[in-house]
Amino acid sequence: MTATIDTPTATIAAPEAPLSTATVTELDALESESIFVFREVAAEFERPVILFSGGKDSIVMLHLARKAFAPAGVPFALLHVDTGHNFPEVLEYRDATVNALGLRLEVASVEDYIADGRLRERSDGTRNPLQTIPLLDAINGHRFDAVFGGGRRDEERARAKERIFSLRDEFGQWDPRNQRPELWSLYNGKHRPGEHVRVFPLSNWTELDVWNYIEREQIPLPGIYYAHERDVFERDGMLLAVGPYSQPRDGETVTKRVVRYRTVGDMSCTGAVASTASSAAEVVVEVAASELTERGATRADDRVSEAAMEDRKREGYF
Amino acid sequence: MSTLLRLATAGSVDDGKSTLVGRLLHDCKAILADQIAHVKTVSEARGGEFDFALLTDGLRAEREQGITIDVAYRYFATDKRSFILADCPGHVQYTRNTVTGASTADVVIILVDARHGVLEQTRRHLAVAGLLRVPHVVLAVNKIDLVGYDEAVFTGIAKDVAQLADQLGIADVHAIPVSALVGDNVVERSTATSWYDGPTLLEYLENANGRIDNSDEPLRFPVQYVLRPQTDDEYRDYRGYTGTVASGTVSVGDPVIVLPAGRRTSIAGIDKPVVTATATAVAERPSAVAGEAVTVRLADDIDVARGSVIVAADASPGTRRELSATVCWLSDRPLTVGARLLIKHTTTTAQAIVTKINGALDLETLGVIDATGLDLNDIGKVQLKVAAPLAADPYSSNAITGSFLLIDAHDGWTLAAGMIDDEEGELL
Repeated sequence: MTATIDTPTATIAAPEAPLSTATVTELDALESESIFVFREVAAEFERPVILFSGGKDSIVMLHLARKAFAPAGVPFALLHVDTGHNFPEVLEYRDATVNALGLRLEVASVEDYIADGRLRERSDGTRNPLQTIPLLDAINGHRFDAVFGGGRRDEERARAKERIFSLRDEFGQWDPRNQRPELWSLYNGKHRPGEHVRVFPLSNWTELDVWNYIEREQIPLPGIYYAHERDVFERDGMLLAVGPYSQPRDGETVTKRVVRYRTVGDMSCTGAVASTASSAAEVVVEVAASELTERGATRADDRVSEAAMEDRKREGYF
Repeated sequence: MSTLLRLATAGSVDDGKSTLVGRLLHDCKAILADQIAHVKTVSEARGGEFDFALLTDGLRAEREQGITIDVAYRYFATDKRSFILADCPGHVQYTRNTVTGASTADVVIILVDARHGVLEQTRRHLAVAGLLRVPHVVLAVNKIDLVGYDEAVFTGIAKDVAQLADQLGIADVHAIPVSALVGDNVVERSTATSWYDGPTLLEYLENANGRIDNSDEPLRFPVQYVLRPQTDDEYRDYRGYTGTVASGTVSVGDPVIVLPAGRRTSIAGIDKPVVTATATAVAERPSAVAGEAVTVRLADDIDVARGSVIVAADASPGTRRELSATVCWLSDRPLTVGARLLIKHTTTTAQAIVTKINGALDLETLGVIDATGLDLNDIGKVQLKVAAPLAADPYSSNAITGSFLLIDAHDGWTLAAGMIDDEEGELL
């Protein structure tokens, strides 16, 4: 990082040029900010945990945590809330990572909750909203006091309102109208017994930053983030994969398309996008030119209502 | 350090902040198709025109009441640079959220309704911008279309604000006549304000100086966390002190003092992480500058822990247990003399007692008046006694080692934002 004089760069026709030059130092600044957050949590909390789904944001989060404590290991456990509808490639990635790095993984299983009747399957088949109770039970059961989430403020309207340190009451609830002021880089992690703090180290990253960083750091991802052939059908303007949890209805035709996933969640409600991007560099170009937001393009669960995410978050969702 | 610009908006209720932000994002093409479709649907369902405010007012209560309650962060970029925008509330009840947004801003955009001119909230927001030493203030005189694009109205308000800014020690204020609703001088230059030849709002933001580079200031390195891997490999005896350089430059071989103990030593090594799919190691580097998160090793085996601050040997701030400071009171619970609180200063949290309240800022006169307590949104001058020695600088010379939070020891609520006064005392 060197001092830059504020000379506006000329608009160059080639999209690659401004992308790569403008982001190098910004990525360093974002990386430093996130590392600072990880270290604050390690120093001030007793039992932190990283929410790790095998999705790209949680993978970047884990990479940053490893950087924050190198050459020592990450001093946190990982927690995955498994809906039972996850992409197999993502679960493989999760397990391989945990083994390679010698980390401890806790899994909270939505499937178990449904099996013993504590939760009931929804009529629309999606299990995303069902994750909240297993998540909160795991937090209580393990007495986790700081829970790292990969949420980014650029993702969604309610997430745009989040603090970096965000207090949850003893019911796991978020009170967006009564958040603590958060000034400078002084993060206040004080909480009472039973309360916990959600921590969002990627708050100030955008989807493009994440991809630029994945490219720069050469971070491996599950293959479904890159272009591959898949049987899909179209619903609500999204391409859904044909699989055990999502089948075409009458009138929906299945076609083989070259697609990739922009977000990775529950298979039943996560859409793929048509794409030929087969590397992080190609995804960067694609994301920069996209006319849809990440969640808008791929998540059925956020289309339920004007405030679907806020309502889930208030109850304790990620 | 980077071309990133952090900005925050402030204004009174109904000044049109969210509309301005929505307009700025929209005209910068920073709003994507699904977001536009969403706002269109909601606006139409309410039987109204396209409501730009819906682009940032994200909470249910905000949409229902048509006000902004908490800061919404938005990210956008033009060909010239990237922006992080904190859209802050105007309502006096939520001033604490405006302080939150302004604390990290390089530029604060203060909106004034051209029909109403300077209000008490304008004065409060200017005072906050001045106290927090936000480098640049843009005065957006909004709804200029509703006063018939009258130059005299604009000039009158700009003059009032320039005078206030002068009193508050704000170095840089620039006034722009805008209409967020119509789009005048936000991104597109207005044809109705031919008397204004300054930049549009976006032109101003694209050319404003970003974060002040303080890598030439004396070294301050608050230690966050001590790394002792104790593994059976080359790092068996490794002992590193992690932190982010708050100011200055740290180089291998530099003589330093570790506060609060005051021990002298030197920098033996600076490490940056090297992380691959399976390996976690560090590589040495010669130096690091302000803003970088690194790990340093010291030449001598001395007691260093979280809360220690490594400083330049020839420019130590020393430590203090008594502070004179200016605070923004952010809580409904009033402050009284004798209150026992927690102070969070860099990586130290300690007990503190408020020994004296020297006065509060009168927003009408911008003078300090006598006060026995501080209420929500008051800006006051206090003296504190702290249970641990703090390696502190005046806020005017270092925003990181010069700032602190006051925290309620019982429930952890953040009560106040504090800025340590200059030796001479007068920040207000």
